Amino acid sequence: MTSKVIDAPTFEGAALLVLEDGRTFSGRAYGARGTTLGEVVFNTGMTGYQETLTDPSYYQQIVVMTAPHIGNTGVNDEDPESLRMWVSGFVVRDPARKPSNWRAERSLDDELVAQGIVGISDIDTRALTRHLRERGTMRAGIFSGDALSANGYPRRVGELVEQVKAAPSMKGANLAHLVSTPHAYVIEPCGKFAGHEPLKTVVAVDLGIKSMTPQRLAERGIRVHVVPASATIDDVVALNPDGVFFSNGPGDPQASTHEVALLREVLDRGIPYFGICFGNQILGRALGFGTYKLRYGHRGINQPVKDMMTGKVEITSQNHGFAVDAPIGQESVAPHDGGRYGKVVVSHVGLNDNVVEGLECRDIPAFSVQYHPEAAAGPHDAAYLFDRFLTLMASGAPSAAGLSRAERVATKEN
Amino acid sequence: MPRRTDISSVLVIGSGPIVIGQACEFDYSGTQACRVLRDEGLRVILVNSNPATIMTDPEFADATYIEPITTDVLTSIIAKERPDALLPTLGGQTALNAAIALDEAGVLEQYGVELIGANIEAIQRGEDREQFKKVVEVCGGESARSAIVHSLDEAKQAAVDLGYPVVVRPSFTMGGLGSGIAYTPADLERIAGAGLHYSPTTEVLLEESILGWKEYELELMRDKNDNVAVICSIENVDPVGVHTGDSVTVAPALTLTDREYQRLRDISIAVIREVGVDTGGCNIQFAVDPETGRVIVIEMNPRVSRSSALASKATGYPIAKIAAKVAIGYTLDEITNDITGTTSAAFEPTIDYVVVKVPRFAFEKFPAADDTLTTTMKSVGEAMALGRNFTEALGKALRSLDKAGASFHWDGVPASGDELDQLLTEIKRPTDRRLVQVQQALRGGASIEQVFDATKIDPWFLDQIQLMNEVAQRVAQAPALTRELLLEAKRNGLSDQHIATLQDIKGSRIAAETAVREVRRALGVRPVFKTVDTCAAEFDAKTPYHYSTYEQETEVAPREREAILILGSGPNRIGQGIEFDYSCVHAALALKDTYETVMVNCNPETVSTDYDTADRLYFEPLTFEDVLEVYEAELAAGPVKGVIVQLGGQTPLSLADRLDEAGIPILGTTPAAIDAAEDRAQFGRVLTEAGLPAPAYGTATTLGEAKTIAERIGYPVLVRPSYVLGGRGMEIVYSPEQLSDYVQRALGEAALSGGPLAPILIDRFLDDAMEIDVDVLFDGTDMYVGGIMEHIEEAGIHSGDSACVLPPVSLSDAEIERIVRSTRALAQGIGVHGLMNVQYALASDVLYVLEANPRASRTVPFVAKATGVPLAKAAALVMAGQTIAQLRENGVLPATGDGAMLGIDAPIAVKEAVLPFKRFRTEAGLAVDTVLGPEMRSTGEVMGFDVDFPTAFAKSQAAAFGGLPTTGRMFVSVADRDKRQIVFPIKRMAELGFEILATSGTAKVLRRAGITASEVRKHSQGPGENGEPTVVDLITRGDIDIVFNSPSGQGARADGYEIRAAVTAADKPIITTVQQLSAAVQAIEAVIAGPFTVTSIQEHAASTIGGVR
Repeated sequence: MTSKVIDAPTFEGAALLVLEDGRTFSGRAYGARGTTLGEVVFNTGMTGYQETLTDPSYYQQIVVMTAPHIGNTGVNDEDPESLRMWVSGFVVRDPARKPSNWRAERSLDDELVAQGIVGISDIDTRALTRHLRERGTMRAGIFSGDALSANGYPRRVGELVEQVKAAPSMKGANLAHLVSTPHAYVIEPCGKFAGHEPLKTVVAVDLGIKSMTPQRLAERGIRVHVVPASATIDDVVALNPDGVFFSNGPGDPQASTHEVALLREVLDRGIPYFGICFGNQILGRALGFGTYKLRYGHRGINQPVKDMMTGKVEITSQNHGFAVDAPIGQESVAPHDGGRYGKVVVSHVGLNDNVVEGLECRDIPAFSVQYHPEAAAGPHDAAYLFDRFLTLMASGAPSAAGLSRAERVATKEN
Repeated sequence: MPRRTDISSVLVIGSGPIVIGQACEFDYSGTQACRVLRDEGLRVILVNSNPATIMTDPEFADATYIEPITTDVLTSIIAKERPDALLPTLGGQTALNAAIALDEAGVLEQYGVELIGANIEAIQRGEDREQFKKVVEVCGGESARSAIVHSLDEAKQAAVDLGYPVVVRPSFTMGGLGSGIAYTPADLERIAGAGLHYSPTTEVLLEESILGWKEYELELMRDKNDNVAVICSIENVDPVGVHTGDSVTVAPALTLTDREYQRLRDISIAVIREVGVDTGGCNIQFAVDPETGRVIVIEMNPRVSRSSALASKATGYPIAKIAAKVAIGYTLDEITNDITGTTSAAFEPTIDYVVVKVPRFAFEKFPAADDTLTTTMKSVGEAMALGRNFTEALGKALRSLDKAGASFHWDGVPASGDELDQLLTEIKRPTDRRLVQVQQALRGGASIEQVFDATKIDPWFLDQIQLMNEVAQRVAQAPALTRELLLEAKRNGLSDQHIATLQDIKGSRIAAETAVREVRRALGVRPVFKTVDTCAAEFDAKTPYHYSTYEQETEVAPREREAILILGSGPNRIGQGIEFDYSCVHAALALKDTYETVMVNCNPETVSTDYDTADRLYFEPLTFEDVLEVYEAELAAGPVKGVIVQLGGQTPLSLADRLDEAGIPILGTTPAAIDAAEDRAQFGRVLTEAGLPAPAYGTATTLGEAKTIAERIGYPVLVRPSYVLGGRGMEIVYSPEQLSDYVQRALGEAALSGGPLAPILIDRFLDDAMEIDVDVLFDGTDMYVGGIMEHIEEAGIHSGDSACVLPPVSLSDAEIERIVRSTRALAQGIGVHGLMNVQYALASDVLYVLEANPRASRTVPFVAKATGVPLAKAAALVMAGQTIAQLRENGVLPATGDGAMLGIDAPIAVKEAVLPFKRFRTEAGLAVDTVLGPEMRSTGEVMGFDVDFPTAFAKSQAAAFGGLPTTGRMFVSVADRDKRQIVFPIKRMAELGFEILATSGTAKVLRRAGITASEVRKHSQGPGENGEPTVVDLITRGDIDIVFNSPSGQGARADGYEIRAAVTAADKPIITTVQQLSAAVQAIEAVIAGPFTVTSIQEHAASTIGGVR
């Protein structure tokens, strides 16, 4: 019905979501007015919009929230995962008129305006989600305010579609350096370790890091040096780390030549490595596996992942559009350079669609997961992975093999 | 890792009769469990005393025992069946308590029965307040400051320490029975006193008050691999202080950030682990301080609960089914998510709609009861609705209640001035009217802050209600309805009727609604149907579980097969409960092979709203507007044969006329025929033509007319307002004074001024008549008699409250013959095509027709169970066009004979009603009156099933309330009219060893008859000079074991009230009719004669008509 629209709507407060395949959704302007372009993706979390909006992995993406009521708890200054909102656009069904929460400091609507995030509300987000599920994520644009008309006439939808199609595609995009911190900074041990000598020192390469990640390390007594994506192996080694961490981040891992090269340097030096999300894809590529784009990705906080070592299922927070292509079920030799990094196993698998959700090296001290143990937003089931990293660094073990069982016993006793 | 192989048979305990706090959600969960276990090849042994359940249908278990859920009976069943395991977590608190009792009695150990789903230690840790507090602490959570007390003195001291108000919660009771909030020491004495009594461990917890805090509930599932998933979060709109069963609740939680929500989740998971619910579900309730966010864990249920049923329907995740699977050893990742068919059950559902549940109350049935909502649950049912936002879901939920005054309205002028102040004061006290009062206060201009201060309802919800008011105002002010305005109104939950009223469209209500619908449709504003898919559309859904909303895209799949819509019965209420859902479910099962069955219902507790029951499920309000839209959506999807309205009780039946006028084919009895039975004049003609007598009657519109008619008919007369059905406001009146009193009370003082009244129906009341219920199936030619039931109470007690027996034990063959003949004449005269229930009164050898209802009755499941014939299935097939002859041929009905001609060795089934009196208190804190009358007040029923009447009756009493005493003291106080008839039964009681106590008048009669009876002081006499107690004192102290009190001159309700209230409070059996008394005496004799023998319905089947094929 809406895909037959020829002219953009121009009533007061109108907004139009235009997909690259020509489908449109007419709604109301939400947040800032104007034009925004990006890859449109859906997130199924029922809580955590503030964390989502400030997650750098959503850079250049227009995020559709499948939960209908967004903004109910307003905005506070404690929950953002970075210093700003990164999404390129925001799509919701029912924005809150009145935020209500003891921590709320202002409304989400105001915050979106303040941060210049163009949004659209009052559209059939379920229809849109189903469309993306069937057709795959695609480029889209949100147009509102002046962007809907030109020279006093409504703009033609066809013209808007062309504008959307002209936007860069996510495939092949190298974006991490655009969201990374410009300068290195340090997070000292906190919580019960506050003021203590760090148990370990980790260099965290910021490919779009969320603030909860160094926090989770710091509260385990770790000093975290967060360094820019552009860091070299010399920068890393100079900090004399006990371990190296690669964060989540936006873009296509295939385009991340620098990061892959950096990680290989780390692995070659036998420095324990832990990666999350993008950091998992980089490990996969460093080991010689391919990566591919999922049809519509995993974005939500209810994603079940099975730990292949223990058979246990954890409910995880996820946000990824790409995945590692590695053999599930048996140990294999990492293909890179004739097996230089030895054997590797897929340690975690997504239960919904059998996607690789974690890698564990058997001969070198490296492991990674595709999902988000730091949660924020999301369940804390996978927080044990930070303990696993600490154990790996502390044990001086030559590989990450078998860590899962030992660490499970250890965390149970805590 | 497949299921455990060391278990081959499982005993499942059901939840017994429907009572407040434990309703048909446990039939839903138990039915799911039985299905799962049988599919796994396990032998299922089921015990449940409630015949109106689907789970007790013979095909759901290998051995089904419709027997009392008592330790003795369960022990006999275990000894006989020798199950390997007992699954106690799906039958509510009843099953859990039964399992604990079996364990304590050593029965489980003796017979080597393993508890699965939860172990005794886990149950104790979860339910025992003190142990649970420790669990919470270990888990890093916080409990309300509290004290455990075992006596009133301890309670008083503790309350001083904690500071008033304090919350009182007895241990091990269900539905919050016996709990409340004490503001003063006097409150404390009353509430804690009762609580100590109801707690099986005489233990009560007192807590600091967290009144007004935000309340949340999380539903969890855990398997043996320690995988835990949160299935659903539920937020209560009514803050802490109102029982969650009485609260308006919403899913998912809407006013928490992720950090706050994850904190609840973390605590929940730690708690389920610490408590040790290894394989199954549980729910955990939280309070959150709206000012600071401080979190307090309120309680947990280590079992599937009412909220689990709600959570299952809200998310599409079948908690009970999964709980049964994990109990027998599966892990969550081994179980497939039914809805998607591809993903696993090890995940947490995420939803892209809002679910609102609203409770339905029955205070009108208990006018003396205090209607303040507290931590003791008082609602009798609930409706649920789904929408794409809160306002849409709330509007739909309120209209699903099918109750006048329950929906928001914009009638009259908004409240202002004193009236507004009054509203703001009234909403401080939570009642079933509060939400509408809140809406009216906001409409009248009260600020959200003011309403929040008065109610502590979260401002976000208040703002949403305000939004509905704003939209309503825009509709009211609009010169004409536009597409945008209509869309906005519909998206915010306004019905066509609302819009018609707001637009002030002239004409009848129906005409105005029709006008709106036509405009709406002309403007293309039609609902679409979305799918409940557990995953917010992330994966394709295979299960057509739909709800309506105003959006762009519909998800109803086209189909080839012809569809039949079955309209359910909506929220449970007194008079329309699970029995109707039973018939609807049977229709779905019977028609599934030939048709695409489409269920429409809005009750989350039921089996009918299980997506497994019908081929398609529409979770929608049962209003004309909503049903019509479902019908048209299905018509667009493929051919529709028609709609079944006669199985779901009065709610769908009342839509028949309008659906018919809209051109929708009504299957079975036509709307015209339904009218013929419901309209007094038309029905009179049917009776005359059939040559059947009915009690004399008349319709009065003034007091004078009423008196004249009553004189003509002769007192006593049965009076009722003409506009209600099902006994509402019905009374038996013995004199002109009582008649004036009735008119005055029922219709207000104004009536006495001589002006016209709403019509009152006046019927002759047949004193000393025997009441008979008949359920038949008629196909236009042949009649199949399902069963004939003889009431144990005389006519005048609502048939739903009366115990009855099948086959009738005192009717002669000639009388039965007469009943069958008359019933056939009625079926033909009315034009029944399907089921019909007729109520007769047999007095002085005249068979009077009291009423005939051309629909499924409350007794259909009882009849089906008692005779072993699937009557409801047969009815559905007849409505779809099969004949009784065909059904006899293909084995659905017996080849020959019917329920009127049961063999001499047919088992005897007694149905007993279960009444909710102990739930209700007057404002003064006394129990409400327990006298039965023409207005139905029971919430549920049980069945006693055995080879003879005394044993069957004894079983029914054991099942209904734990059983009659076999020794002890009996107190007798009767109306003069009953004095002659009590001599024999009381004499027998004395012979059986009971000590008889009586008030002076009754004692005199008894002594003259040679019965030793000690005299006790009446309540009105007060204690004697030497402190001799009154009968009320004795009862309160627990010194009386059974009471017979027949109220004199039924109108004078105060008489004997204190006695009955005290007995109710003391939780002892009370008998209020002579007929009941003689049945009780026989039953006591049967109990004394020896323990019950247990027989499964599959074993009984050999001697029932259904078994004789």
